[in-house]
Amino acid sequence: MRVDNLREAYGQELLAVAQEDDRVVALDADLCGSTMTIYMEKELPERFLEMGIAEQNMVSVAAGLSLSGKIPFVNSFAVFAAGQPYNQIRQGVALPNLNVRIVGSSCGLSDAGDGATHQSIEDIAIMRAIPNMTIVVPVDAEETRKVVRASLRHQGPIYIRISRSSLPLLTDPNTEFEIGKMLCLAEGTDITIFATGIMVFQALQAREMLSQKNISVRVVNVSTIKPLHREEVLKYIKGVRGIVTAEEHSIIGGLGSAIAEVLCDRIIPMKMVGIKDQFGQSASTHEELLQYYKLTPEAIIEKVKALLNRD
Amino acid sequence: MDNKKIRELEKKAKIIREGILDCIGVDKKGHLGGSMSSADLVAALYFYKMKINPKNPADPERDRFIFSKGHSVLAQYAALAELGYFPKSELKRTKELGSILQGHPEIRTPGIEANTGSLGQGLSIGVGMALTARLDHRKYRVYVIVGDGELCEGQIWEAITCANFYRLDNLVVIVDHNRFQASGAIQERYNLGNIKAKFEIYGWKTWEIDGHNMAEIVSALDQTDRVKDSPCAIIAHTIKGKGVSFAENNYSFHNNSLTQEQYEQARRDIASIQV
Repeated sequence: MRVDNLREAYGQELLAVAQEDDRVVALDADLCGSTMTIYMEKELPERFLEMGIAEQNMVSVAAGLSLSGKIPFVNSFAVFAAGQPYNQIRQGVALPNLNVRIVGSSCGLSDAGDGATHQSIEDIAIMRAIPNMTIVVPVDAEETRKVVRASLRHQGPIYIRISRSSLPLLTDPNTEFEIGKMLCLAEGTDITIFATGIMVFQALQAREMLSQKNISVRVVNVSTIKPLHREEVLKYIKGVRGIVTAEEHSIIGGLGSAIAEVLCDRIIPMKMVGIKDQFGQSASTHEELLQYYKLTPEAIIEKVKALLNRD
Repeated sequence: MDNKKIRELEKKAKIIREGILDCIGVDKKGHLGGSMSSADLVAALYFYKMKINPKNPADPERDRFIFSKGHSVLAQYAALAELGYFPKSELKRTKELGSILQGHPEIRTPGIEANTGSLGQGLSIGVGMALTARLDHRKYRVYVIVGDGELCEGQIWEAITCANFYRLDNLVVIVDHNRFQASGAIQERYNLGNIKAKFEIYGWKTWEIDGHNMAEIVSALDQTDRVKDSPCAIIAHTIKGKGVSFAENNYSFHNNSLTQEQYEQARRDIASIQV
């Protein structure tokens, strides 16, 4: 399967849309070589604003840019983009519903080496609690490009969560994408897996292995975690015997919680795959951490089997 | 500027102070102290310095004013009502459920340019607007009033260094230096030292004025027009609660309610201001 890098795709597409639309401005806090806004800096230096290592100022400056007609993309690692300027996002951006795009790069455990300080495991939870905020987690490089493009037509703030890793291409240029919609990537009748980000591929692998045991699993890519499309959630659980959610994020407040909020008045068994209320740590590779924190096809399979009471 | 024009501005400041009392009313909590201390500064901005058009509040060429010390917005509400952005009758509905006039500034209110109130953010927002003016080759200027207590916020110093880095000569900060924060005198609570020197060391052009002397305010604002390549800071020495006898230099009226008696006294105090 072909893989492609999400942050590369992001940086290139940001430059592409900026070349077409002069409202687009990139702000970065000394991480342009990692967030890949470096393409903007090279090609459109006037609309690349180095903000220094000062994320709070960066977000409020973006609010000011937006209030005067620009579409600012604020860039840092997810842990800093969502965490450091929480109140600036809440009061200055989300409350007035401004067109600021907060791009949380190197999300989840994908900055493996840097350890817990640089790994965002609660950013979705933080952003999800803020009214007016939209949250999008692109599943691959192709979808990343579409999110960047679609964000220009979206009213209100968006938190975009980008992995540092290269991920398998699960969609192609013709795959439909719309902020607010989810996408069923594979059909199945026993269990529905709602997955996001890197866990979508894990879910597809789990599905493949389970099919050999005659267990039929549907895999839904939930790239827009907020607003969560309630009707689509209900549609995709029709007829199945249980649900598994899978995310590279704390099980508190992320995709699993969001799905549970939709289904809390229904009787359908549900299990969550995610990080269990603990911090990350350093490792040589992202893959190693995914194994350690049980964000794997095997972990998903275990949940599916438990739901079906099968070993 | 001739004396007649100065007196006209002083009259506007008096109207603003009356409007602040409209907002606060009787037995309702309101940020009287910081609103009164900034009334003359707000009057000079809205009725003299800024190019604005209440009939076209979204004019892209308009000058911007951001009240970073958002709790003092009552002074801004009074000015906006006087300019016709909304009816003066709205002032008495300040902070009521469903009112267009919230406890802190929100852009839902006609004439308000940014949401502020969580201290420390407004100057950065002003930096963003000033950067847009440069990107779009527009001539508008951005004015931000910050509180002296607010200068404790770390983000303020991020914005101060940022404005200097980008040499934003279209950005003017006025420090409403009333020497009191919510819990007491700044000197005693959390001494900031020499504010003017701090701005200067970060590369800002600075002035120090009497923030209740209209001629000085106007003169300093006019001088900022001529500055090239650096942002401007006016340190305005003010009196918290200015104009209301019992509230002057009294931090307990930072955010407090007025009894009927106090309200009437405040009315008489403002009415007696000679202009």
